[in-house]
Amino acid sequence: MAKYVLSRLIAMVITLWIIVTITFFLMHAVPGSPFNQERNTSEAVQQNLEAHYHLDEPVFIQYVIYIKSLATLDFGPSIKQSSTSVNEMIGRGFPVSAELGVISLLIAVISGMILGILAALKHNGVIDYIAMTFAVIGISVPNFIMATLLIQQLAVTWEIFPVATWASPVHMILPSIALATGPMAIIARLTRSSMIEVLNQDYILTARAKGMTTFQIVTKHAMRNALLPVITILGTLVAGVLTGSFVIEKIFAIPGMGKYFINGINDRDYPVIMGTTVFYSAFLILMLFVVDIVYGILDPRIKLHKRGN
Amino acid sequence: MGLPEQKEGKIQAPDDLFVPLRESSADAEMIAKPSISYWKDAWLRLSGNKLSMSGLVMLILLVTMAIIGPMITPYSYEHQVLTEGNLPPSFEHWFGTDNLGRDMFTRTWNGARISLFVGFMAAIIDFLIGVAYGGFSGYKGGRVDHFMMRIIEILYGLPYLLMVILLMVVMGPGLFTIIIALTVTGWVGMARIVRGQVLQLKNAEHVLASRTFGASASRVIRKNLLPNTMGPIIVQMTLTVPTAIFAEAFLSFLGLGVQAPVASWGVMANDGLSVILSGHWWRLFFPAFFISLTMFAFNVLGDGLQDALDPKLRR
Repeated sequence: MAKYVLSRLIAMVITLWIIVTITFFLMHAVPGSPFNQERNTSEAVQQNLEAHYHLDEPVFIQYVIYIKSLATLDFGPSIKQSSTSVNEMIGRGFPVSAELGVISLLIAVISGMILGILAALKHNGVIDYIAMTFAVIGISVPNFIMATLLIQQLAVTWEIFPVATWASPVHMILPSIALATGPMAIIARLTRSSMIEVLNQDYILTARAKGMTTFQIVTKHAMRNALLPVITILGTLVAGVLTGSFVIEKIFAIPGMGKYFINGINDRDYPVIMGTTVFYSAFLILMLFVVDIVYGILDPRIKLHKRGN
Repeated sequence: MGLPEQKEGKIQAPDDLFVPLRESSADAEMIAKPSISYWKDAWLRLSGNKLSMSGLVMLILLVTMAIIGPMITPYSYEHQVLTEGNLPPSFEHWFGTDNLGRDMFTRTWNGARISLFVGFMAAIIDFLIGVAYGGFSGYKGGRVDHFMMRIIEILYGLPYLLMVILLMVVMGPGLFTIIIALTVTGWVGMARIVRGQVLQLKNAEHVLASRTFGASASRVIRKNLLPNTMGPIIVQMTLTVPTAIFAEAFLSFLGLGVQAPVASWGVMANDGLSVILSGHWWRLFFPAFFISLTMFAFNVLGDGLQDALDPKLRR
């Protein structure tokens, strides 16, 4: 176990380093300096600005400087908004995005599993059919369209929910639902198929023969095994929720990290793009790692140190 | 028929045993069900799946409309009639017009061309790279395979859409840059599937026989391994197309996709969102509806193919 964790940690650092390197050189492959669009800057000012951000140095030196500052968790300054650093942006945006992400994931996991279990229990019945139609629609409708539909119906036409922003719990409902539908549909389908498989096992028949109720069988015996496939894709789902949050935050005008990322892209603010990308990637890699560890704990049949090879 | 009598260690067969086989007993040896090929069997099972077949029909209709749709109206997708802006759907403009008076019906099917083109191109390029990489890695095995899989693992760890967004920032918006950005990271999934299949199949008897006859590696991969891997590959391709279409719409929605006056569904949905409060619902509805319909069709078809092409489920 310890050996596995160590080898995974090393692999994570290497992956992250590769991401940083790719991001850095991609951003520096863009022609022109970030100050090109700025008007009324004399030659001298321009040179001073570039010197301040080390842009006059050779690319490789800039790379070393960037890696060094990253090692101390310093993502550098924003070029377009000179008063704020990328660290401050992440510090301000991440809690909001995390809140949105956690609420969405909770909605997705809970409702997705309930739908999947119900569908499996009534396999080929009406509920199964309805739940799966719902799930296929959930997968097919992109989250930004789901978001606009929700705004149009629930916020504009019926005026039940506020249209946008992130002020009170009521404001959180629509964006969280919009972000949750895709993952929810995936979880529902996965839970259904693994649940159908588990429910056909002999030990479920034994439990039934002993006179347990369906509720007891599901919660005590079937769920634990049916959960395993859901956990394997949780890492991917976190990634989906995270990238989905870019558009959701844009549509609902939520001041999260996605907003800074998208603004950074629109402004071509390279330190912001690099910083947020590296942060997102580090977060995702960490999540995938946590998911693997949790999986190993929940399913004793899997020997982690063997999978590492 | 009795057994021939045995005498002194010799088998004595009376001549009357050697009679022509009657036709009826020849029939008895026949297999009642004609042997059907893998593909025919898959098709039979797919056509039994109503949802998947409806997906297939929808796709055929969508592709047909993408081809003929822009041609059956008198308008061009970029022709502006500023006096006829934001008209609701009517007899002249079936899907209404946008703020610049452009016909939404023409623009929608023009957008279908772009979305489907991006989807199919991404699937085809993923296929070419993935099969070459995965096939080689799995076939070579050993250290080469180990090394090539390390690279895959690292690429697989990269957040897909994040990398696509970065590539778009660097390469600039445009149709071909989208396809490049989508395939740079997208082929990894295909390579993993092909490699896994090749690894399983490469020690099968027919492959060994082929190699004994001196077939080259590329011939073995093309003639022996790939045809047996086509099932999972096709499923993967059908699921790549909606992913790519979604990614294109997503990028266009963020302003990183194709540029005006070209209309992709993502661009149109983004435009439609900005006027949602003014009640011009058709501006959002049509692109949104057709994105969802296309994704739906590909997803249900992919699901059906997954069941139909799985040899384990074959009856």
